Amino acid sequence: MTSAIELVNVSKIYRRYAGKQFATLKSALLKRSILRDLQPNEAFRALNDVSFSVARGSTVGVIGRNGSGKSTVLKLVAGITKPTSGSVRVDGRISALIELGAGFHPEISGRENVFINGIMLGLSKREVEERFDDIVDFAELREFIDAPVKTYSSGMYMRLGFAVAIHVDPEVLLVDEVLAVGDEAFTHKCLDKFGEFHRRGKTILIVTHSLGLVERLCDHAVWLDGGEKQADGDPKRVIGAYLTAVEQTEKQQMAATTAKAVQSAAPAAPVGDMFQAAEGRWGSREVEIISVALLGPGDEPSFLFHTGDSVSIRLGVQCSQPISDFVFGISVFNADGVCCFGTNTDIEAMTSDRIDGQGDVTFVIEHLDLVEGTYKLDVAVHRRDGAPYDYHRLLYTFRVKSRTHDVGIFRPRHRWTFSPNVRFK
Amino acid sequence: MLSNLGSLLRYRGLIQSLVARELKARYRGSVLGFVWSFINPLLLISIYSFVFTTIMQNNDPRTKPFAVFLFCGLLPWTWFSTSLIEAASSLISGGNLIKKVLFPAEVLPIVSVLANMVHFLLGLLILAAFMIGFQHYPNMAALPWFPVVVLIQLIFTLGLALGVSALTVHFRDIRELLANVLTLWFFGTPIIYAYFMPSVARYLWLFRLNPFYHFAVSYQEILFFDHFGHARSLLLLGALSVAVFLAGYWLFDRLRDSYAEVV
Repeated sequence: MTSAIELVNVSKIYRRYAGKQFATLKSALLKRSILRDLQPNEAFRALNDVSFSVARGSTVGVIGRNGSGKSTVLKLVAGITKPTSGSVRVDGRISALIELGAGFHPEISGRENVFINGIMLGLSKREVEERFDDIVDFAELREFIDAPVKTYSSGMYMRLGFAVAIHVDPEVLLVDEVLAVGDEAFTHKCLDKFGEFHRRGKTILIVTHSLGLVERLCDHAVWLDGGEKQADGDPKRVIGAYLTAVEQTEKQQMAATTAKAVQSAAPAAPVGDMFQAAEGRWGSREVEIISVALLGPGDEPSFLFHTGDSVSIRLGVQCSQPISDFVFGISVFNADGVCCFGTNTDIEAMTSDRIDGQGDVTFVIEHLDLVEGTYKLDVAVHRRDGAPYDYHRLLYTFRVKSRTHDVGIFRPRHRWTFSPNVRFK
Repeated sequence: MLSNLGSLLRYRGLIQSLVARELKARYRGSVLGFVWSFINPLLLISIYSFVFTTIMQNNDPRTKPFAVFLFCGLLPWTWFSTSLIEAASSLISGGNLIKKVLFPAEVLPIVSVLANMVHFLLGLLILAAFMIGFQHYPNMAALPWFPVVVLIQLIFTLGLALGVSALTVHFRDIRELLANVLTLWFFGTPIIYAYFMPSVARYLWLFRLNPFYHFAVSYQEILFFDHFGHARSLLLLGALSVAVFLAGYWLFDRLRDSYAEVV
């Protein structure tokens, strides 16, 4: 199988020009710096030594977080910009779904715009004529085709742009995150069209944040990060690696958030004056929570869990003299501030006896049955009458990830059963 | 550069349809629509003739009828100056195309020049009407030179338009500067006055350095005066225009890769 697109050691450096906004010809001439100002003085490396090839007839997805160089890859393949070094080779006519309807002129009718846009994308006038009906039908704009484009809604505008671009009948189709175009029905139509392209042996390169789409459509995935290729191959594997990296970053962010929250709450509030104490942490500190750790399934500290994981919340506690009246409590809040669950040792009918020196309190959740989202934690130790020893309010953040995208707060363990006449594929 | 120049020919379909779009879109939504292409020069000529014949009495019999004389120089000037002003912002206003579509950027300034050329050609119809109205006809023997002048002006304007549009991407204030330069240029060209006036003759060497002097004089000699004696200078100007075009295109081509990033 030959390759339709081939990138070999491609680097792209975007240049920034000296004080671009303020450079005027006059000042440049006065300072005799016109030549210097036309020289780049700052460089941003958008892609660094990226190589991959796309086999003819395959569908390839490029994934990566924002700013990873995905769109630059697409622009290079489309020929809109040139690589700083390395080479980009593309075989066959390209159509780029990068900015739909980029060439539309608002004042003239949809009909005239279809012609001009088609010609811009490389068709001849006759070819546009032949495809005109298909384009209009695909865009579902038959009754509006003679109205000026400025009267179109943004959805209509995009649909028309998409319809023209897809009817250019390219050998290589480049798609940049454009499936957010229309309603559900139109999106399906677009996906069907991609499927049809695929069957006809055309090459498709998709840049997207929708991993589900990549998994569904693509034969191959490329993961970029910080302008460098991280992985390249089977979509499932690449997406897995990408998700792991994303989780890693999220963990770091979560750890940073938590550290910041704990630190800003740490300056000891005036003891005994809990009503004046700022939100965060307060209490008499006769019993103190000195550490809070969230532990994942393997007992390793983490900030990121999956629905159904077993999670332990371990509190390190200490007190300077023995105390007999104490209650440990824990509550979980979601991002909206709704209390998802809260309990304490008193509610659960445990009567305190004695705490002395340092120790651990561990709250084990065997199955974390929360839906995907960010959650915050309250942990506290207080007297039975409610007077706090040490109250940590919303200082700890963790994230729950889920393969399913169910809604609400709680994901009860469940299964579906059907009678034999109700069938699923 | 030469292969790029060659590919310009491949874009003629695109250029054609963009020029048509430009013309269609310009007057969309106005009541008189395309008639404005005729009214605009008509109004302009009326104002200038009123000022220069009634208010500032101009009694040189050689420039009578003054409206026709004025028209001969003003029409090509309007084409030239409007083209440059529009070309200067063409890359910036067409930024979406350059950044998001594989689009030959040089098409944009070229379309500005050609769309204005269509207005120029339409204006010629009014000039013809004026000539009939004033019973003042051009010298038929010199008339074959007319398309030559138009062609040379086209090449000259294209060259400047390409250069100006490329530089404006990097120096936005060329747009502002340009308007003033063009005003100066207009008054430094014998359009509202005749090249043979004694006050002009004194600085003739200076006038001769102005390329548009030769255009204006050629148009006036061909369309208004009886003899055309400017052929040699015109051909020289033709050579200069080709040089300007090549220089403008070279500059444009040189900066090409920066447009998608700077616009």
